[in-house]
Amino acid sequence: MLNQLSDSLLTGNADAVASLVKQAIDQKLDPNNILNDGLIAGMTVVGQKFKSHEIFLPDVLIAAKAMNAGMEILKPLLVKEGIPSIGRIVIGTVQGDLHDIGKNLVGIMLKGAGFEVIDLGKDVAPETFVEAAIENEAQIIGLSALLTTTMPVMKKVVNLATEKGLTGKIKIIIGGAPTTSDYANEIGADAYCYDGINAVDCARRILGVA
Amino acid sequence: MRPTTKFLNEELLLRIVAEGRDLICNLGVEIHNDEVLSLLGDHGAKIDTKSGRAFFTHDLIDRALSSAPKSFKLYDTIGNEAVDLSDFNVNFTPGSAAINILDHDGKVSRRPTSQDYVRYTKLMTGMQHISSQSTAMIHADVHEDIADSYRLYLSLMYCEKPVVTGAFTAETFGIMKDLQVAIRGSAEALAEKPLTIFSCCPTAPLKWSKATSQNVIDCAHFSIPVEYISMPLSGFMAPVSLVGSLVQHTAETLSGVVISQLAKPGAPALYGGSPAIFDLRYETTPMGAIGTMMIDCAYNEIGKYFGLPTQAYIGLSDSKLLDAQAGMETSMGATLAALAGINNISGPGMLDFESSFSLEKLVVDNEICGMLARMIRGIEPKEDFPAQPIFEELLRDDHLLISDHTRKYLREELHFPGVTIDRANRSRWQEEGGLTMIERAHNEVERIVADSQPVRLSEDIRRELTSLMQKEAATIGMEELTKLN
Repeated sequence: MLNQLSDSLLTGNADAVASLVKQAIDQKLDPNNILNDGLIAGMTVVGQKFKSHEIFLPDVLIAAKAMNAGMEILKPLLVKEGIPSIGRIVIGTVQGDLHDIGKNLVGIMLKGAGFEVIDLGKDVAPETFVEAAIENEAQIIGLSALLTTTMPVMKKVVNLATEKGLTGKIKIIIGGAPTTSDYANEIGADAYCYDGINAVDCARRILGVA
Repeated sequence: MRPTTKFLNEELLLRIVAEGRDLICNLGVEIHNDEVLSLLGDHGAKIDTKSGRAFFTHDLIDRALSSAPKSFKLYDTIGNEAVDLSDFNVNFTPGSAAINILDHDGKVSRRPTSQDYVRYTKLMTGMQHISSQSTAMIHADVHEDIADSYRLYLSLMYCEKPVVTGAFTAETFGIMKDLQVAIRGSAEALAEKPLTIFSCCPTAPLKWSKATSQNVIDCAHFSIPVEYISMPLSGFMAPVSLVGSLVQHTAETLSGVVISQLAKPGAPALYGGSPAIFDLRYETTPMGAIGTMMIDCAYNEIGKYFGLPTQAYIGLSDSKLLDAQAGMETSMGATLAALAGINNISGPGMLDFESSFSLEKLVVDNEICGMLARMIRGIEPKEDFPAQPIFEELLRDDHLLISDHTRKYLREELHFPGVTIDRANRSRWQEEGGLTMIERAHNEVERIVADSQPVRLSEDIRRELTSLMQKEAATIGMEELTKLN
């Protein structure tokens, strides 16, 4: 059944995913197994196929939507049994920047991979990022910018997190067209992600998720 | 609308045709083949036996043009249709008969071996935008007397695609025909489903050698398609003007059409060529010259005026390396050829005045062919009208990534090249090794060759092909065929 669940994710069949998760719960399968061996395993294959150009971005997003349909049903059970998500990430487009499509894509990809995502939207002030991360006990803050003029806000977020003594406790990852790995190093961010799938890999690496 | 391009207006085209016809009627064509001269004489051409010149007639030309097929198809070794040579259909085939192969380091050009040839045929199987193979190289490890038949044998044994080839002598036509008959089962079945095209080259100016003219009539008798490869060299063995070169090309090619149609009315052929301007600085024949490409596209228009399917050696480069010049000349030529609607475009893989073949270039050129296949499908509405609903969706959702419209037309509307073409952002490119185009192409060569599957020919046919080739090899004292992996 869990294999079927993975296959349904590959075809982006949200109804089938929801129905199979229900069946799995009814059959008393371990919720942790449903999550890891069904949903996350399926999305891992989706990610691999995307990287090897077998499928394209729309297929990944449709699969992620199907994943969410399954998670809606599974989540109450995970909460009830105290099973934590694989990670909690606060994301947003930095202050002064209204471009949120890339950030939204990253959010969909992260959710699709099983992360809990708190999306703060666009034009987000440095304080809001840091406060939301503390409040939600997030392990990662994800910053997005499309404009060279708003990139410096990323440094402000890093500095504020440092001031609050969060260095090492909350990792900061950045992305967006003008950003680079060098820029991430320059401002003291923990990582640079060059696209949505890379953001998933990056978050997994940071949190030590297989 | 299919995009296209034209170089000749009607008035100029008609004048070139008229002048070309007059040339072979008034000046005649020197033909070093008594059988062909007799054939022409029997059908009304005046023959000067002393000079070996045949003076064609307008009636002969008109009759040949009316009996020559307007289109034909090629079939793979399994019998499936593979190439449609009609209308403005465009097919690509590798350049042919290189005497060198460029090693994968992209620097050393050396004589190819049979093993190189086999790697090429396996690679061809994976070139999805190149619909036929050619006998692209002359491998140096077999005796020259069987070099033409041996490469055809290897092509048929290792790749299912039809083959653009040619016999180096009149005598070797026999074994090259027999190999094809062995695949189809009979000469009739071969005529029904052609497997190869033979290149037959007149000699500039206005001459046919014994071997090539014999090939034309031998192919015609078995309905094996030919392509006439007239090669005027502008400024050397042809007038320096493009128009003058076109007149010569028209004359030489029409003489081929007549010879073929007299041998067997209805024999299939391509109105082809490999003209070039002559570079009077280097004494070379650049295939990547813009003038060469213009002559190619213009004679294609003349071929289409006659209603005949066409061919050209275009979309290749004179560079010695797989470099920017190679990409520039190949793309420019192939793009013009595709726009012009040349039915069989011979070029991919070739460098250095058609003398050096590169497997890595073949992989790159395959991508060019794929892009051009998309280009000539043109711009057509895909449920785009009325436009308002899709824009309402865009404004509502902020993107159209998972729109039904996107998902329905994505792969049909947008062309996505293979990994040889770098489309990654810099970070991903660096993460994946920061490879150069040649390195990426070489990786693809290795991957495709390693993944290639054995051809689906029956064991009986494979045995018969090998037996035929062994007998032919034995005639020149070669006891065993080369050992291959």
